[in-house]
Amino acid sequence: MPDPNWQPRIVAFFCNWCTYTAADLAGVSRLKYAPNVRVIRLMCSGRVDPQFILDALARGADGVLIGGCHIGDCHYVEGNLKTLRRFQMLKRLLHDLGIEDQRVRLEWISASEGERVKMVINEMVEQVRTLGPLNLPKRFADWDREMTSLEESIREKEREEAEVVHA
Amino acid sequence: MPKPKIAFYWCASCGGCEEAVVDLAEDILGVVEAVDIVFWPVAMDFKKKDVEAMPDQSIVATLLNGAIRTSEQEEMAHLLRRKSQFLIAYGACAQLGGIPSLANQFSREQLLRYVYEETPTMVNDAKTRPQSTFQNNGHTVTLPEFRNVVRALDQVVGVDYYIPGCPPTPKITKAAVGALLEGKLPPKGGVLAPDIALCDQCPRKATKPTNVSFTEFKRPHTTHLDPGKCFLTQSVVCMGPATRGGCEAVCTRGNMPCSGCFGPTSRVRDQGAKMLSSLCANVASKDEGGISGILSGIPDPVGTFYRYGLAKSLLRRKVDLPTDGDRAKS
Repeated sequence: MPDPNWQPRIVAFFCNWCTYTAADLAGVSRLKYAPNVRVIRLMCSGRVDPQFILDALARGADGVLIGGCHIGDCHYVEGNLKTLRRFQMLKRLLHDLGIEDQRVRLEWISASEGERVKMVINEMVEQVRTLGPLNLPKRFADWDREMTSLEESIREKEREEAEVVHA
Repeated sequence: MPKPKIAFYWCASCGGCEEAVVDLAEDILGVVEAVDIVFWPVAMDFKKKDVEAMPDQSIVATLLNGAIRTSEQEEMAHLLRRKSQFLIAYGACAQLGGIPSLANQFSREQLLRYVYEETPTMVNDAKTRPQSTFQNNGHTVTLPEFRNVVRALDQVVGVDYYIPGCPPTPKITKAAVGALLEGKLPPKGGVLAPDIALCDQCPRKATKPTNVSFTEFKRPHTTHLDPGKCFLTQSVVCMGPATRGGCEAVCTRGNMPCSGCFGPTSRVRDQGAKMLSSLCANVASKDEGGISGILSGIPDPVGTFYRYGLAKSLLRRKVDLPTDGDRAKS
């Protein structure tokens, strides 16, 4: 049974020049969007190492959102293109490893599109809410529970042996 | 002074690591002269009870190869951990999960069904499967439990050092044993191999351009490989940029691309993600359709990028597989 108090947790990597500025604009425009997103500002979406995405998921994020400039608008000319290429392969890899497609999303949002930040975040939060918790730390612990009983019996045996030596 | 005691053990492995020890050739005589091998099931007749009878920490070092898949392997890992001062993960399987950990893409039920029922060469009309206990003539016969998850050694017990490779080369094996005997070991937890990418040792290094650009990906068996040029310039996936050196580029010298068996360098947490990042960023196309067309030349991303390290990757395993293998979800 999923926890009734569970709320989706989404890690967002936003580029400094476009999407983060758009999120700022959404803020100063007093647009309300779901509070489930933790935004991390990077200079460019091209800085998002695929390791960051996997690490966020492995540490308990239910989804990861990446925001960058529209193709052609990158402050560093091609950073977002590199992201797009990596992202396509990463999506295939994540699919093969059982992570639902909607948990990881790439969006191009320019500095003027505050409204779009709100729309994308709200939509993604709802999609992830429908999918339910990913909770990989708990899954890792569940996987390793199959070793517990053997480990305990070994510890028990060691304790008994230690007592024999002392007696 | 008594000679230091050394043990070798194997778990879920192919036997190649044992072969690698034998590949020391004449040098193994020097090793045997310097140490006392107290346990080596593949070559010498010792039993588990002999190890149990040894005082704790009386073995200076155990070199354990193979991934951990069964309860028996777990038990031996715990026993050897307890009896050894240094427990060394020897080879890619013990260090990273190795090829056996590609099984982490499937549930236990899927694996057992395939192996005991669906393999083309299998005749098993009764659909018999191994059981962990079995009664025969009033005797109980047991087999180890087959776990749901394949693990690297350090996901089961503490590990002091890692010797990478599939298998480790004689040279790094010799260097590691030498360092051990002379007490010249680096800080605990380290990998006993150079901490630099394979490209640094590759004889093709000079032909690697500053900017690689892929218009397609070819698999090695579908193309004629130029023995003098960087594989990446030949549109062939070579794991060299994301893989630790130390093997002296044996594969690329043999005109085969690196497949990543030495694992990542110390600055990389997830070798597959790092290689994916480097490779895909250099795809030539600038539109979605073109990009996915080029990337379709890599049909199996998990098998390509995590060939030796799925167990130690950040996700470890296909995440939606059941933990209790008999409640099937395929």
